[in-house]
Amino acid sequence: MPNETWEPRIVAFFCNWCTYTAADLAGVSRMKYAPNIRVIRLMCSGRVDPQFICDALAKGADAVLVGGCHPGDCHYVEGNYKMLRRFDLLKRMLDDMGIEKERVRLEWISAAEGEKVKRVVNEMAETVKKLGPLGMPQKFDEWDSEMEHFAEHVAAKEAAAGCGCAVHGKKETVHA
Amino acid sequence: MPKPKVAFYWCASCGGCEETVVDLAEDILGVVEVVDIVLWPVAMDFKYKDIEAMADKSIVATFLNGAIRSTEQEEMARLMRRKSQFLIAYGACAVSGGIPGMANQFPREQILKFNYEDCPTIVNEAKTRPQVSFKEDGRETTLPALHNVVRSLDQVVDVDYYVPGCPPTPKLTKAAVTALLEGKLPPKGSVIAPDIALCNECPRKDTKPTTLSIEEFKRPHQFLMDAEKCFLAQGVVCMGPATRSGCEAACPTGGMPCTGCFGGTSRVKDQGMKIMSSLAANIAPKDEDGIHKVLAGIPDPVGTFYRYGLAKSLLRRKVNLPKEA
Repeated sequence: MPNETWEPRIVAFFCNWCTYTAADLAGVSRMKYAPNIRVIRLMCSGRVDPQFICDALAKGADAVLVGGCHPGDCHYVEGNYKMLRRFDLLKRMLDDMGIEKERVRLEWISAAEGEKVKRVVNEMAETVKKLGPLGMPQKFDEWDSEMEHFAEHVAAKEAAAGCGCAVHGKKETVHA
Repeated sequence: MPKPKVAFYWCASCGGCEETVVDLAEDILGVVEVVDIVLWPVAMDFKYKDIEAMADKSIVATFLNGAIRSTEQEEMARLMRRKSQFLIAYGACAVSGGIPGMANQFPREQILKFNYEDCPTIVNEAKTRPQVSFKEDGRETTLPALHNVVRSLDQVVDVDYYVPGCPPTPKLTKAAVTALLEGKLPPKGSVIAPDIALCNECPRKDTKPTTLSIEEFKRPHQFLMDAEKCFLAQGVVCMGPATRSGCEAACPTGGMPCTGCFGGTSRVKDQGMKIMSSLAANIAPKDEDGIHKVLAGIPDPVGTFYRYGLAKSLLRRKVNLPKEA
């Protein structure tokens, strides 16, 4: 459950031509929005590999926001359609893996829509706050604790047998 | 000079990997001539106690197949790691969890309940379940416990090499054994298979369109497939573009699409997400409803794209499963 000090961490993949420029505009216009997003600028929303989204979640992000140009406005003509198609299946897969739909969001935000950046980010921060932390790294540790218990048991058994063998320590969670 | 010692061990697996070793056919005699097999439960009678009594690192190489799913398998993985100079994850289950890895979508309780109570072929009115320990007349018998999470070998112990496949081919097995015996070893952590996508060695490669535009996904049992045309061009899900080559395109040659058992190439971090990205991006519609309709043709994306790799995927397991002791 969310504790008092916890604040959502949202990784945002923004396209260079529209949404990133819009975020810039929001900044220049001195609009204030929730400080929960960490923006990563990519050339196009079509460059957002679903692996990036899963990686962000696995490394501790609570949610991921993808921003691209409106349909028909892509600098590379088709890139945002690729993202739109992937997003449909990605949401289904994440849902099957037990991740709430609201943790990933795709928005079309043009370079002129600084106001929309503010609205979307605020909305998302609010939604994720209600959902609470996703906490994948903590989950990995929790899942692997069933192995640590066993490692201790093996070490004790070996110590009793007096073989003095090196015992493998706690294995780090493998992400890659 | 004593012959180098080699061991074969199996964990959560179906036995298909063992079959590949047998499929070396006459070549296995050549292997047996130069090595001393110290453990191979499927074919020969050795005792774990004898392995425990050996000096550490006295086995040159252990080929371990199967995922790690029980305390016994975990204990054996740790034991074989300690006794071996090289530990080789042999086959898809040891490399990335394999088919057993798909159990990571379900809680352990559901799996046990189905298998011991609800399964239509089970008669178990007393709802008896195997217990981890049982005492009678002052004697105690124990059984291994089932872990909540299915793991690849390298999620439990350090692994030196990977031989992928479900099962690996005899050719790759021979290459791995030869490399070991001749001491011509690739860098630690290498996958003993070419680092290029399967499409590269697929006989249907020439019919793969440069620009794909899939209008509808079809499943192999739903229509008569063209025997020579690229599966993707026919709207059939084929994992070839996101899968490592090395099997000599065994499935496409046999008339079925690739299901991804060799895992991704070194550039792929998460095979399921990678093939999903590629397939979904290449469908024809541009509107949400049209996109949704076409992609509904893939009824079980997790089971399809993570058939062999769920345990080793970025998320590893369904994240909201109930906690169990």
